[in-house]
Amino acid sequence: MIEAVAIGVSAGGMKALSALLPKLPEEPPYAVIIVQHIREGSDSYLANHLNQISAIRVKEADEKEPIRPGTVYVAPAGYHLLVEEDRTFSLSVDPLVNYARPSIDVLFESAADVFEERLVGIVLTGASSDGSKGLALIKAGGGITLVQDPTTAEYPVMPLTAIQASKADRILTLPEIETFLRELGGPKRISKPTSNQEEP
Amino acid sequence: MKEKEIRDIELDLLIESIFRRHGHDFRHYARASFKRRVKSMAKKLGVDHISDIIPPILRDDAAINDFLREMSITVTEMFRDPDFFAAVREKVLPYLGSYPFLKIWHAGCATGEEAYAMAIVLKEGGLSRRSRIYGTDFNNDSLHKAGEGIYPLDKMKKYMVNYNRSNPKASFSDYYHAGYKSAKMSDDLRESITFANHNLVTDGVFGEMNLIVCRNVMIYFDKDLQNRVLRLFHDSLCHRGFLCLGPKESLRFSDVADDFEVVSKKEKIFRKRRLSSKSEYPPKEIL
Repeated sequence: MIEAVAIGVSAGGMKALSALLPKLPEEPPYAVIIVQHIREGSDSYLANHLNQISAIRVKEADEKEPIRPGTVYVAPAGYHLLVEEDRTFSLSVDPLVNYARPSIDVLFESAADVFEERLVGIVLTGASSDGSKGLALIKAGGGITLVQDPTTAEYPVMPLTAIQASKADRILTLPEIETFLRELGGPKRISKPTSNQEEP
Repeated sequence: MKEKEIRDIELDLLIESIFRRHGHDFRHYARASFKRRVKSMAKKLGVDHISDIIPPILRDDAAINDFLREMSITVTEMFRDPDFFAAVREKVLPYLGSYPFLKIWHAGCATGEEAYAMAIVLKEGGLSRRSRIYGTDFNNDSLHKAGEGIYPLDKMKKYMVNYNRSNPKASFSDYYHAGYKSAKMSDDLRESITFANHNLVTDGVFGEMNLIVCRNVMIYFDKDLQNRVLRLFHDSLCHRGFLCLGPKESLRFSDVADDFEVVSKKEKIFRKRRLSSKSEYPPKEIL
């Protein structure tokens, strides 16, 4: 059972997220946690915009906020976003990582630590190398790793770096990622038929 | 046992060692960032495991100082969030002006940038002659740097951009002397601030303050420690004193939420409420 989907995205992210999030079910059984590189001092425009165009609730992650399924959380500008063992968020103003704050690696590393194999990590379009170390840690922790197909990404550098660093499980186009997320915990999960169909 | 569980034991032992050997208490720090810093410290020392840091922490004085430097929050700037300083000028200074003498506490001031920003705001508000700023931190290295008031020139450029957006009354370059690669804050600003060691986790009430500023420090604490520190601030404020927190920090859901009124929701400026008839007076601690 997947508890959370962590997404890292940089240049070209607004477009990619505006395409992806509206296609998500309104209440998936997992939380979505996003780091989008964004200029420090920006207000909550990104989260507000994505919330308006999506069925699923999108909000900026608050300090100490409990992480709930069926919600998309976006890292606030100027802060690293981390996941705590008790499934709450914490923020930090530690130095930039990979020239970024929020940094994708920081989120991925702490999420991998907490969610282990109950985590999906996704790296989308970007012109940075952020996220590749974190994606490798998600994979090492038993999580599922997806990378946007670099030939279809607006900025291919970040997906390319992530693929090289982490041997990602799957390289998918944006529409394929969307299908993956819809099927992940959708009502009829057809990917893994088991002999014993009893409800737990 | 999983590697992750072993690392958690190592981290607990490290925290316990620091506390029992040196008295610094990291038990109520938000764990995820703390762990990240410890891991990067281990990497810097070239050791494989968190537990490898423990022997030097117990026996080597230089090691604990390195550790504290690594753990203290030293990322700070002048006039970070210019709108906050604009709000202080507009919504707080008019009230502060009515006091004969002002005491202002920057708790967790790190290398002092924000305390200098406040000194500038007070000066421009005509209050510097009858005010004193106290900048405190648990890290003596940071305090030493703060007292010197010397900052890299390239950073000052960024601070100037921030300053210009904070509704200023003067020119930023009036406040420092530029050298070849660094800038030194002017003498009158440096003299208006007292830097001193104070640990929010283990030390007690600090003066009768008119204004307490503690921004982006409590995000590193867990809920229990946040409540302890907020209570400490409450008890260190004078009647109707002001409290300023970081943009992502809040009093909501804290134990002192009812003891403050909101001056600016967006800029996280709060003011101690009048004692209502319901609340005990004198407070229990005095009796």
